[in-house]
Amino acid sequence: MSEVVQRAPANSAVARGKSRPTLTKEEDMRRFLKGSALTLLCAFGVLWAKSAGAQAAAAAPVSDTGITAWMLTSTALVLLMVPGLALFYGGLVRAKNVLSSMMHSFAAMALIGVLWAVCGYSLSFGPGILGGWIGWDPKLFCLLGIDEKIMSAGTPEYVFAMFQGKFAIITPALIAGAFAERIKFKTYCVFIVLWSILVYSPLCHWVWAADGFLFKLGAKGAIDFAGGTVVHISSGVSALVLALFIGRRRGYPKTAMHPNNLTMTLLGAGLLWVGWFGFNAGSAVNSNLDSARALTVTQVAAAAGAIMWMLLEAFHHKKATSLGMGSGILAGLVAITPAAGVVKVPGALALGCIASIICYLAIQIKAKVGYDDSLDVFGVHGVGGITGALCLTFFIRETWWADAAKAAGGSWTVGQQFAVQATAVGCTILYAAVVTLILAFILDKTLGLRASVKDEVTGLDQSMHGEQGYGMLNLN
Amino acid sequence: MKLITAIIQPDKLDEVREALIAKQIGRVTVSRVSGRGQSIEEQIYRGQDVGLDLISKIRIDIACDEKMVEVICETIMKAARHEDGKIGDGKIFVTPLDECIRIRTGERGMRAL
Repeated sequence: MSEVVQRAPANSAVARGKSRPTLTKEEDMRRFLKGSALTLLCAFGVLWAKSAGAQAAAAAPVSDTGITAWMLTSTALVLLMVPGLALFYGGLVRAKNVLSSMMHSFAAMALIGVLWAVCGYSLSFGPGILGGWIGWDPKLFCLLGIDEKIMSAGTPEYVFAMFQGKFAIITPALIAGAFAERIKFKTYCVFIVLWSILVYSPLCHWVWAADGFLFKLGAKGAIDFAGGTVVHISSGVSALVLALFIGRRRGYPKTAMHPNNLTMTLLGAGLLWVGWFGFNAGSAVNSNLDSARALTVTQVAAAAGAIMWMLLEAFHHKKATSLGMGSGILAGLVAITPAAGVVKVPGALALGCIASIICYLAIQIKAKVGYDDSLDVFGVHGVGGITGALCLTFFIRETWWADAAKAAGGSWTVGQQFAVQATAVGCTILYAAVVTLILAFILDKTLGLRASVKDEVTGLDQSMHGEQGYGMLNLN
Repeated sequence: MKLITAIIQPDKLDEVREALIAKQIGRVTVSRVSGRGQSIEEQIYRGQDVGLDLISKIRIDIACDEKMVEVICETIMKAARHEDGKIGDGKIFVTPLDECIRIRTGERGMRAL
């Protein structure tokens, strides 16, 4: 491990945070041993030659085609979640705001897509500066320093940087559901850029960079396999703060605000589920047992969440709704995100069910309290993320506990790990809430956060973008 | 009995409904329609402004007693006007209504309104 840490912080983050180190020579050897005797002989020869050459070249890591291929696929899958989210959110708002809601997701693809390559990656995965508050490595500016780099994980660093960039894109896009139908588009664009720099990058650094303080907390660090704290809790909490800050939509809750197209929402939920395989199984930054485990529990938790939500609605309202199905899928996926590396199938079933129950209750409470988190970003991502990050402690596999006990030098208990998880969750909530509030305040005073009453009543599609989502509903 | 038909801008629907409800008038029929008066609406299509031939409007139909006509027209007019009045704010048509029948009971005339 120390050999990895010396190289570059980005590498060590991969090695410990989101993955295991790459194939060792022993593993290579074992593979070859399975072959025929003839191959075996050849293999030994090749290995010999290879190791001699490698020593000469100071053991430069080699790109593994299997790992690289899976990571490229995962990167594309996670990007697919963003149009998925656009469909999910787009279907839930009123017809006059469908385009503006979808544009929130697409704007994140464009803006964070540029920001991440220019400086976001460096801010998140560079070595800690300013007391470890955020990372920075001038060599990573515009990704210039990684042009030829192959990581010890066996994949070009470009792939890792782009994979991580997709998480940075979807996180601010998630928040958009909280202030849908009433935010100024211009302010939204400025907000997600600032939020990505000031909230996402520091959190990402704390949790996933090798020198991040949450990464080092306790025996084996705070467990956040694929972004429960960094992605879901941070976006959920920021969403709640913004929903409270910006105020309710005009007429809410007296006027019913029905989804304009639930077929889109369901399709979006389906795409998110598919994309989540890249999100979780890709977070292993490997193509091995770890990614297989992550993929399995992701599938199981999403399905369990969906069933539980349907049952809850069936008991509560006598009917299972399609939106409920979509919400249950998301609740299960959100909850399994931090846990995908450490729980087994029964744990995944439990987490999916628990998340659905708690998110369902959270949304009932929202209706009673009366704040307008329009598309339930906090209710699903915030609450589901917190539930997953805390409850996963009770379902961790035994081998993890053994490793943790060894690392801690004796014993490591559920209580101790729970405290570590709670610290990570607490820090995320507090930090995201405070910085988002400051950002909201400043943007409100300068650019103005909320669309004018006229623009809101007209609908943001026409007033912000000069278009209609559903021209076909009216002859024109 | 009269039938009041108002054509208004889509963004004024909420305000008109609220104003009517404040005057105890809850029974209305609302439909999305396309039409053309004096106003021009432009949308953007790949960087070019495009004028629409037919513009989206909202049509409100209210059947009422003759005594109520003035109140309803006055209410709709006030609520549907943009500031001091803009081209495209719409029109109100008042037409005589020969008969009104409630399908459930077969009641006719004023009682069915």
